[in-house]
Amino acid sequence: MSRTATANGLAHGRPGLWRLLLNNRLATLGLVLLLLILLLALAAPGLPLADPDLTAPVDRLLPPLSPGHPLGTDALGRDLLARLVWGTRVSLAVGISATLIAALVGSLVGLVAGYAGGRVDMLLMRAIDTVMAFPYILLALVIVAVLGPGLLNALYAIAIVNIPFFARNIRGITLGLSRREFVDAARLSGQSGRQILFGEILPNVLPVIIITISTTVGWMILETAGLSFLGLGAQPPQADLGSMLGEGRKLLFTTPHVSIIPGVMIFVLVMSVNLLGDGVRDLLDPRLKSGALTRPVARTAITHQVPAVTASAAAPRLDVRGLKTEFHMGRQIHRAVGGVDLRLDEGECLGLVGESGSGKSVTALSIMGLVPTPPGRIVAGSARLQGEELFLASDARIRQLRGAAVSHVFQDPLATLHPLYRVGEQLVEAIRAHQPLSRRQAEERAERLLKQVRIANPRRRMHAFPHQLSGGMRQRICIAMALANEVKVMIADEPTTALDVTVQAQILALLRQLRQARDAAILFISHDFSVVSALCERVAVMYAGKIVESGRTDAILSAPAHPYSQLLLQCVPVLGDPGRRLAAIPGQPPRLHALPTGCAFAPRCPRAEADCRHLSIALRPLAGGRWVRCLHPLLEEHGSA
Amino acid sequence: MPAYIAKRLLALIPVLFGLSVIVFLMMALIPGDPASAILGSYATPENVARLNRDLGLDRSLPEQYLIWLGNLFEGDLGRSYSLNRPVLDEVLERFSATLILAGSALLLCSLLGLLAGVVSAVRQYGWADKLITLLVLVGISTPSFWLGLLLILLFAVNSQWFPASGMYAIYGGGDLADLLHHLFLPMLTLSVVATGVIARLTRTAMLEVLRQDYIRTARAKGLSERRVIYHHAFRVALVSVIPVIGIQAGFVMGGAVYIETVFQWPGIGSMLVQAISSRDLLLVQGGVLLVTVAYVLINLLADLAQSLIDPRLRR
Ligand code: SF4
Repeated sequence: MSRTATANGLAHGRPGLWRLLLNNRLATLGLVLLLLILLLALAAPGLPLADPDLTAPVDRLLPPLSPGHPLGTDALGRDLLARLVWGTRVSLAVGISATLIAALVGSLVGLVAGYAGGRVDMLLMRAIDTVMAFPYILLALVIVAVLGPGLLNALYAIAIVNIPFFARNIRGITLGLSRREFVDAARLSGQSGRQILFGEILPNVLPVIIITISTTVGWMILETAGLSFLGLGAQPPQADLGSMLGEGRKLLFTTPHVSIIPGVMIFVLVMSVNLLGDGVRDLLDPRLKSGALTRPVARTAITHQVPAVTASAAAPRLDVRGLKTEFHMGRQIHRAVGGVDLRLDEGECLGLVGESGSGKSVTALSIMGLVPTPPGRIVAGSARLQGEELFLASDARIRQLRGAAVSHVFQDPLATLHPLYRVGEQLVEAIRAHQPLSRRQAEERAERLLKQVRIANPRRRMHAFPHQLSGGMRQRICIAMALANEVKVMIADEPTTALDVTVQAQILALLRQLRQARDAAILFISHDFSVVSALCERVAVMYAGKIVESGRTDAILSAPAHPYSQLLLQCVPVLGDPGRRLAAIPGQPPRLHALPTGCAFAPRCPRAEADCRHLSIALRPLAGGRWVRCLHPLLEEHGSA
Repeated sequence: MPAYIAKRLLALIPVLFGLSVIVFLMMALIPGDPASAILGSYATPENVARLNRDLGLDRSLPEQYLIWLGNLFEGDLGRSYSLNRPVLDEVLERFSATLILAGSALLLCSLLGLLAGVVSAVRQYGWADKLITLLVLVGISTPSFWLGLLLILLFAVNSQWFPASGMYAIYGGGDLADLLHHLFLPMLTLSVVATGVIARLTRTAMLEVLRQDYIRTARAKGLSERRVIYHHAFRVALVSVIPVIGIQAGFVMGGAVYIETVFQWPGIGSMLVQAISSRDLLLVQGGVLLVTVAYVLINLLADLAQSLIDPRLRR
């Protein structure tokens, strides 16, 4: 019966879920096995089986494959096959009934507690917590002890000890749901509490009930069998799988098959339930769907033939050419970076600007192979650090460069610092990963670094955990970490976005000073033109994975050539009035798995014309070393004016 | 940290109160005349009179509870009529055997489960992951009492590598080696399911952690993958697995009921089964109380261990 409940829930949920479930091979196997066992149990009265209770002392303890007794007989000469089928019937009936009782009562408790809240909630949950403070099986034993041994009492006992699982899960969901608008709406429309609970909330809670059923029903079958095994459940002449096993146990040394066979049946039954249950849970639990839980490997996969380096005299600090990075999600391919060129010289600071989703972060992470694989992969291009091809470097070499020659500062320092280690330890770790220093020496160096990033009282701060520091302080620590070794290129990915305005200004000032002192090149990524203009002399604007405009910051600021740059500039907060921010660009960034032909910005562009939608558009030079990817730029092309 | 421990200890009081009420009510809710139900076939007039006096069965329920609690604090859990000795003595004696069995099983399943979970996550979708996932599935679907029988058949009857029952050899033995020899099979059997559960949750926890930003930071620092996984990721995963281990302690101590029966281990689990069969309810009550308190304390330890690792929890 639990199976039909599952079926209803699936049908309620989304169409096609059945098909998805059947796509899961293991779940299908479980379903088929379970159906077979159910059929066998249901059909038992009609099957040509011997009488399971017919004793025949002459035929006692026959081995399996004896004539007339395919599985042999037990100590009283009863046919084991018949007893197995009938025992399965009893075990299934008890296990499923226990599940339904637990689901019904537990869900009711959870619904009421979650919906009523306050005192009712507290009292109910206290009671549930107390029940859960007992070791699971022990509480069942107590109940059987009080009620007396017997199959029905074992059923109650197992049902009762499983109520808390349902109550807790369902209460959590109900609590969340009862604050949602549709519940408020129902309340305003004058529906009674009961109507809301069963009409509005219950349908939404159903998947959770089904998940809980599918994860507990196996246990319940197992535990009722266990109680019977101990002689506390089914009493002779009644028999379930557990009591058959318990009786057979006395003959273990002489005729093991009497106890082995019912055990195999329990195992197969529980296994099929668990297989199906896992499938159902994966399907209904959104957190587990769409391969969300795949582990990224240490370095982004590079799938193309990377051109070998030809020696050149004056290689720039960082030279990225034709970089393409994709995300493969199921059958979709998201082209996050679609051919990007970047060049960064000594002591230079390049700003990379664009909306979120424009590919600027993926570009930056691709350089040192920090894009998560799966699903990301680099499919074209090259990245050279002072002439050394990074996409051809060994993993060991990349590890050597990461955090030393090329370091990163990320957006949210609370999420990027390890929560369980003191910041000093993290800093020391970064230093010692690249320099053969003793712990003491590394600590001294860490202290100097903290001074450099203007942290007062560095020695004390080193003992703090990240959550004990302010956001600005945390970001200073991250910057110190990025400076820990001889840094050549610092990649700063929205380092000030998570901070408030004054702290933002301090961090920018700090970066500016450090750049002068260290002659490191900085790749500075931001969605905010004003932040970039405070630090970078050159800027590249990205849209839909491509650079659409690049040039000197002041030139682009005063006269943008690309319509997108212009709109982006209008989003800059008005100086002296930080509260005022002009309208965001209307429309949505394009979907990266279905990029339009022609200009990706065309659907949102005020200057778009028919030709924009067909032609693929190259980056073309403008006067003053500027480049633009637009057929109808706001400035005339170099030489054509 | 001391303040945190004090807070946790204080929070224990209502839980222990709730437990004691339930365990007490267990007696009060027995249908029929409690004295004769508790005494069963030992219900001689003297025994009934003595029990009525000891438990205050003629008084109101709250009064009975207070009497019971008072006795409890004096270490008096009543008398086992089937064994004719104080419940406390019997229970404590049995408890040490259970502690050895359940403790070693818990240790084993934590180590194996964590190891398997980490390997499984690190080699996601590789053959090791697939094998572990399969073993976990088989493990958590296997009835432990049946597995115990199979192991006895394989290793005690057919090959005689390990003894099939008891805690010490009847003649000779009695030393640590003898104990370990007897312990091995029941410990293994008892830890199978919990190992599976812990492995599964460790795998999920590791996969979740490996996607976090601070893991990207660790890689961006140029740390070796080994250090990233065992130093940075595992520690965080451990924080979420520790409470699971605490809960598994309950399953292991409960599962000991089966395993002790199968292997005739002289612990509290096999005692409970015998006590229920002979309707020696005071013995049941005493045994359940002791094991449950132990479970609560183990969870307290898990709680403290968790906050020891995660400074954010120490508040
Ligand atoms: S190419 Fe056309 S659509 Fe694209 S930005 Fe230029 S004017 Fe707009």
